[in-house]
Amino acid sequence: MKLIPDLIKKITDNEIWKSVFRHGYADTPRNRVLQIISNVWLHLHPAKVREHGTKIRFTWCMGGITFFIFLFETITGILLMFYYVPDVNRAYADIVDLMYVVPFGRFLRNSHRWGAHAMVITVSIHMLRVFLTGSYKPPRQFNWVIGVVLLVLTLLLSFTGYLLPWDQLGYWAITVGTNMARATPLLGHEGPFAYILGMRADNDIRFALLGGTTIGAPALLRAYVWHCIAIPVIASALMMMHFWRIRIDGGISGPL
Amino acid sequence: MEVRAESKGLVEFKDDKVFTWPTLVAKEFLAAIFVTVGLLFYSYVVDAPLRELSNPGQAENPAKAPWYFLGLQEALVYFDPWFAGVALPSLIIVGLILIPYLDVNPKGNGYYTLKERKFAVSVFVLGYIYWYVLVYIGTALRGPFWAFFWPWEKWTHDFPTPPPLHSMPLPLGIILMMGFYFAGLVLPAMINRDFFNKLGIVRYMLTMGLLLTMIGTVIKMVLRLSFSIKYIIATPWINI
Ligand code: HEM
Repeated sequence: MKLIPDLIKKITDNEIWKSVFRHGYADTPRNRVLQIISNVWLHLHPAKVREHGTKIRFTWCMGGITFFIFLFETITGILLMFYYVPDVNRAYADIVDLMYVVPFGRFLRNSHRWGAHAMVITVSIHMLRVFLTGSYKPPRQFNWVIGVVLLVLTLLLSFTGYLLPWDQLGYWAITVGTNMARATPLLGHEGPFAYILGMRADNDIRFALLGGTTIGAPALLRAYVWHCIAIPVIASALMMMHFWRIRIDGGISGPL
Repeated sequence: MEVRAESKGLVEFKDDKVFTWPTLVAKEFLAAIFVTVGLLFYSYVVDAPLRELSNPGQAENPAKAPWYFLGLQEALVYFDPWFAGVALPSLIIVGLILIPYLDVNPKGNGYYTLKERKFAVSVFVLGYIYWYVLVYIGTALRGPFWAFFWPWEKWTHDFPTPPPLHSMPLPLGIILMMGFYFAGLVLPAMINRDFFNKLGIVRYMLTMGLLLTMIGTVIKMVLRLSFSIKYIIATPWINI
């Protein structure tokens, strides 16, 4: 195919282009390496990778896509924070405003919501692929452990976000979810052996999670702070470790 | 050729490296574009759900957790909350974390193979499918009062009252439970000594204990559905 080189030549070989970009990119091995190691973002990668590791049929691209969706959620999430206040008297109205008043608000909220679901799906597919390629085997055992924690954090991120619209859907979903904590053995007031520690509705583990005996203003604020600050910060730190470990564990796994 | 020291002596690595730029970066870039376009398109076409203002006095029926937890909510039909909502998810997380330390098979490191690790792959894949089958049932087939409806049935509030449940007598329950774990731990070790020796006693007990618990949840479901068994072990303090 000569189409693309021809096209590139047409676009770049003229006065206007050359007035903007003073010299071209010479495709030499040295420059290919420099592209990676002299770029703060790209040097997350090694300058060279084993060929099978670049194949979509090997990684299914799922770890990378999970990371990308996390970034996507960060950006849409920050934009949503401009419009949303985690106050029981306002929260629902703010979401309704997003859906009907704020320019592109509906689009923004939709993409944050669907991105969250997509991330849960892609992270679970990523785990499946890592298992199927046996990539948790030595020396990568610990990166699998970090991964499991990331999986749990991804679920918790999505779960804490579910309450924020303060509608019936989120309210009762979080009710069902947090009611489970009541039944924690020893630590929940309805759980087995709770009497040993003297657990009541107002001092058990569910109370600690919700900041109350029912889901009210403190629970909304807690969900918000966990969702927007605490979990993203923890997850980011773990992702840094996850990526770093891929490098020091010898790069992407592969047959000898 | 790159040569690296491994415990078993020197192992030769194939040098099949390519430049990250542009081979990998181009693919990542394309993937990012496709994902963005896909998400934006979907968001343009389908609206995120929003129901009425929350009302603590009026419960949703059915009240469902987010879909990825509906497997656990579905397990609530068969188990008490302390197990379905706390013990089971904890066991799943611990089990996942333990996988690299329990699987001592050196083969199949870094490539797809079923032949070289039949046990590990089949257990994991079956567990993975099991999780999503429960998620599907909880999401699509459970209506008001968590009653079961086929996809072609309409959700109604008047469905036949389910048959009454009864628990097993306590001695029988304890014997069955202990027999299950005892047989499940001892028989495989006797039949397949090689498997047992490779793992060693600690790894073997953990692996089989977790696997038996997973199988046990299926057995409990079958007992409930076919014999209306509520609890296998029923005591004033804890029920299983
Ligand atoms: C927020 C969640 C996660 C992100 C952003 C993430 C990202 C990544 C990326 C970008 C890679 C490079 C290779 C690839 O794309 O497949 C990778 C590899 C890996 N991930 Fe994850 N991951 C996440 C969760 C997990 C989970 C849940 C597990 C396992 C339980 C896991 C275990 C691993 C392991 C062991 C590798 C090395 C694979 C190899 O060398 O072939 N990660 N991860």
